[in-house]
Amino acid sequence: MAPKTTEKATEKVLMKGNEALAEAALRAGCEAYFGYPITPQNELAAYMSKRMPKEGGAYLQAESEVAAINMVYGAAASGVRTMTSTSSPGMSLKSEGISYLAGADLPAVIVNVQRGGPGLGGIQPSQSDYWQATRAAGHGDFHPIVLAPSTVQEMADTIHIAFDLADRYRTPVIVLVDGMLGQMMEPVALPEPGGATVVEKPWAANGHQDKRPHNTITSLFLVADDLEASNRARFARYEDIKRNEQRVEEYRTEDAEIVLVAFGASARTSRTAVDLAREAGIKAGLLRPITLVPFPVDAIEARIPQAKAFLSVEMNMGQMVEDVRLVVNGRTPVEFFGRVGGIIPAPTEILAAIERIAGDDACAKGGDA
Amino acid sequence: MATDTKVFGGRPHALTDAPFTYCPGCTHGISHRLIAEVLDELGVEGRAIAIAPVGCSVLAYEFFNCDGIQAAHGRAPAVACAVARTHPDAVVFTYQGDGDLASIGAAEMVHAATRGDNIVIIFINNAIYGMTGGQLAPTSLLGQVTQTSPYGREVARDGHPIRVVEMLSTLEGVALAQRVALDTPAHIREAKRAIKRAFENQIAGKGFSIVELLSTCPTNWGLSPADSFTWLQENLLPYYPLGVYKEIDK
Repeated sequence: MAPKTTEKATEKVLMKGNEALAEAALRAGCEAYFGYPITPQNELAAYMSKRMPKEGGAYLQAESEVAAINMVYGAAASGVRTMTSTSSPGMSLKSEGISYLAGADLPAVIVNVQRGGPGLGGIQPSQSDYWQATRAAGHGDFHPIVLAPSTVQEMADTIHIAFDLADRYRTPVIVLVDGMLGQMMEPVALPEPGGATVVEKPWAANGHQDKRPHNTITSLFLVADDLEASNRARFARYEDIKRNEQRVEEYRTEDAEIVLVAFGASARTSRTAVDLAREAGIKAGLLRPITLVPFPVDAIEARIPQAKAFLSVEMNMGQMVEDVRLVVNGRTPVEFFGRVGGIIPAPTEILAAIERIAGDDACAKGGDA
Repeated sequence: MATDTKVFGGRPHALTDAPFTYCPGCTHGISHRLIAEVLDELGVEGRAIAIAPVGCSVLAYEFFNCDGIQAAHGRAPAVACAVARTHPDAVVFTYQGDGDLASIGAAEMVHAATRGDNIVIIFINNAIYGMTGGQLAPTSLLGQVTQTSPYGREVARDGHPIRVVEMLSTLEGVALAQRVALDTPAHIREAKRAIKRAFENQIAGKGFSIVELLSTCPTNWGLSPADSFTWLQENLLPYYPLGVYKEIDK
């Protein structure tokens, strides 16, 4: 599934996350990009504005986030591989279009380079749109696939996967990153150009050319039974997605007694915290969801028998922790540590949370000590 | 007996045989037919893509034989913009009512126009929200009684009705901005000529064309179809004068 890289392509270049994602999107066959300025994702649109015309694709700075997502809807409806990007306040505006994309079963990719909220919030990194992405991406019964890369390299790799999943399951896919990943520079091996997956879209409204009956793209079902059937068909696809597409990276979890769960930027400092805990003699490990939807329930389930506790580390007030608790279902404690407002949890403060949990556990066990 | 029968009309190929969902006496049937005749005459049904709005004509994609996309309320110009830019050979038109185009979709309308997007907008102005049951529209006239202006439209509260084609005619990207009406055979013939010019503009790559069709809503106006035409003539025509407000290459 990961895009192929040639020997030549494995030469690494130093790029910002936003730019690496944009270049990788072009190499994944993105033919149309529609955006609107918002920090901290502006490099992505700027990169597209420079490169897309040379690739023969469509680039447009829309008049609003609402227009941009509806342009994505139009391009997707006519069978084009298309995407947009924004940051948190823009995501709220795009929720209308995302719901219509889901309702009309259209493939598209939406990148959210998160900043702190609510409201105008701040412009520094955050993961406080977890609920929005996984629970409330728009009105109606649906959810998108949500991917959460945690390095610049993974941002580049993920965008191709996002387009492929969108096409395969005919669903909007959200790539959920944050201002840190968008803005930071790291060495990245870009995927080989021309490696785009070509998908037939016989359903597309791109002109029947007098060769087939007319195609229609709609999310409207005025007959209740039809709308129910449409929803049920979509949720049957979601079951396939749950079965086939859970992605997770595990780090030192084989014998872990305290299992950290973290995605994106907070997974990076959590990984360091795991090493610090191991040095202090605590068996910690990290389970890093790469797909937030579908949530990696199988990987978490597999660690429940050995885990004395789970610790969800997030850049929000505690959102993903609810999903961890849903999986664990009371069988072992699930703790939370988070920083907000644009603050990235430091490895030392995560370590302190690990040590506190380890200490509580030792007390609980050694009652007569 | 059938030998004396002469067929003058028949359904244009670009119209499907799906029964219209419009109220009896409403002019949507006329405007659909005019568009379909133009698509037939220009031979572009196969590369036409209709963008349907939210409102009475939400199901327009069922009635036109070309490909169709249903758009969110007011967003049809944004959807059309993307389709046109990714399919330069396509013939893309939106079909939008006054609430959809001039209220919730005002931003999308203005920016598609000023960009000169190579699309056609067919604008149905009947001065009322139809589908939702007759609320105050951006084009409702001063004093007009609607479900949500029960004492009549008041300037102090509701402001003035918006003249769409006049406003858009000030924008450089506009190739054609014309207002026609569907109240008389002569006006209907003129409407068809305007619609055809709009589509010809797009095929020639001239940019954005909008044709406003003064239309009726007997159901929500509370009038018979015949009285609706009289009301249109006595009320809409004076405030919304017919004519070509902008046409390039003329």
